Amino acid sequence: MQWFEQFLAAFLETGRNVMPIVIIIFFFQLLVIRKPLPHPGRTLLGFINILIGITFFLDGLKIALFPLGELMATQLTAPAFLNIPDSTAAIDWRNYGWVYLFGACIGFATTLAEPSLLAVAIKAEEISSKSINAWGLRIAVALGVALAIAVGTFRIVTGTQLYYYIVAAYAIIAIQTVFAPKLMIGLALDVGGVTTSTVTVPIVTALGLSLATTLQGRDPLLDGFGLISLATLFPGISVLAYAQLAEWRRKKRNSNHT
Amino acid sequence: MLSIKRFFKLIISSCFDLLPILVVVLVFQLLVIHQPIPNVADLIIGSLFVVLGLTFFMLGLEQSLFPIGESMANAFARKGSVFWLLLFAFCLGFGSAVAEPSLIAVAQKAADIAGAAHFIENSPRAKSDYALTLRLTVATAVGMAIVIGVLRILIGWPLHYFIISGYFIVTVLAPFAPAEIVGIAFDSGGVATTTITVPLVTALGIGLANSIKGRNPITEGFGLIAFASLLPMIFVMAFGIVT
Repeated sequence: MQWFEQFLAAFLETGRNVMPIVIIIFFFQLLVIRKPLPHPGRTLLGFINILIGITFFLDGLKIALFPLGELMATQLTAPAFLNIPDSTAAIDWRNYGWVYLFGACIGFATTLAEPSLLAVAIKAEEISSKSINAWGLRIAVALGVALAIAVGTFRIVTGTQLYYYIVAAYAIIAIQTVFAPKLMIGLALDVGGVTTSTVTVPIVTALGLSLATTLQGRDPLLDGFGLISLATLFPGISVLAYAQLAEWRRKKRNSNHT
Repeated sequence: MLSIKRFFKLIISSCFDLLPILVVVLVFQLLVIHQPIPNVADLIIGSLFVVLGLTFFMLGLEQSLFPIGESMANAFARKGSVFWLLLFAFCLGFGSAVAEPSLIAVAQKAADIAGAAHFIENSPRAKSDYALTLRLTVATAVGMAIVIGVLRILIGWPLHYFIISGYFIVTVLAPFAPAEIVGIAFDSGGVATTTITVPLVTALGIGLANSIKGRNPITEGFGLIAFASLLPMIFVMAFGIVT
């Protein structure tokens, strides 16, 4: 019974978050476009499915993955686990290899479970008549997030300024857009914002926060949060690189044929 | 019968989506940290919920969010009224951001930091005013972002000029904004992109690019989310400099 009440509460909360969007859609559909929805029954069913889906999804994350993710982040950043003898040696970045590796792996894995990215990848595959592969795109994005979390945890350990990393990433993307196939630029710049959502943000933030709390002289509020901003930029870089690579390979194949 | 088959297909693909997380968590917990899994029952039940959730979400996506976004884009394009289209775009962006729980959390955190640093009076009232102003700033930024993105699709300007100019503005503004605000600003970029908004906005962009002659949906249809994650950063930094 308690389980059911909890589910119902989560369902109502999701419904409340979705409400503004539903009201806007109905308002414009009925008063501006002035046509009934094409398939009202199916649309309503779809909305209910989405509500049920998000509720189950968030509830499941809260039951299984978030507590475990937080626990693992604390265990991995504990000086005892990392074999750091005393606090003066704590800031040496070479002691944190497992943290970077875990960050990269968990960033990669959570990105593959991100529902918004799934939606965009499916749409991209559909409109490109399968020349963009949904799984290929998602793996390229996941590699970008993995690199972002590894670099981001390194930044927290070394205590270097987030600003320089962001500007460097901007410069790389700006240069890439000049050379990359124009077809992919929009998609590549979109996916960064898409990936940082329901699964990735809580787990990655937990990692950043416990890392910043363990290290001396780091402010969890200021240092713990930069991971997400890197994770919105690096996927753009990796997807543009993937597009570039695919084009080179195609050109090479074509020149071999002639 | 067809939909039951589809349902099972979705369940299987959802399992594959969740599998990497479970592998990473189990390998690290058992082989690297050498600790047992604290609560196996919770892990199994939670994972089942996540798989079910993804499955229902994907079903609903195909039934409602994608078709609605595209059919509304088509209807607006046929109607030919740019004003109503842009108003719709603004409302969609503003409405999705203003009620977003993660934005509410970020704004509260920003108010706490500002209060502790004595930017503002350290009282609950001043802090809640500050948080509300910040939320409205971000929501306005997201609304404006979708408007600019839709205009770009209508006119057909290349996306990367906008984005690179945006990067340039962020690079120039960041050193002038208070350090505490810069962190919040970089974070605020991701808040607008929720699980509901992303499919809807993507379908809107692609639908628009599809219904305008001479636009390629891949080149022109994407890019709305890119604006929505860039503009809030600029607005929040400007907000930090002004206050």
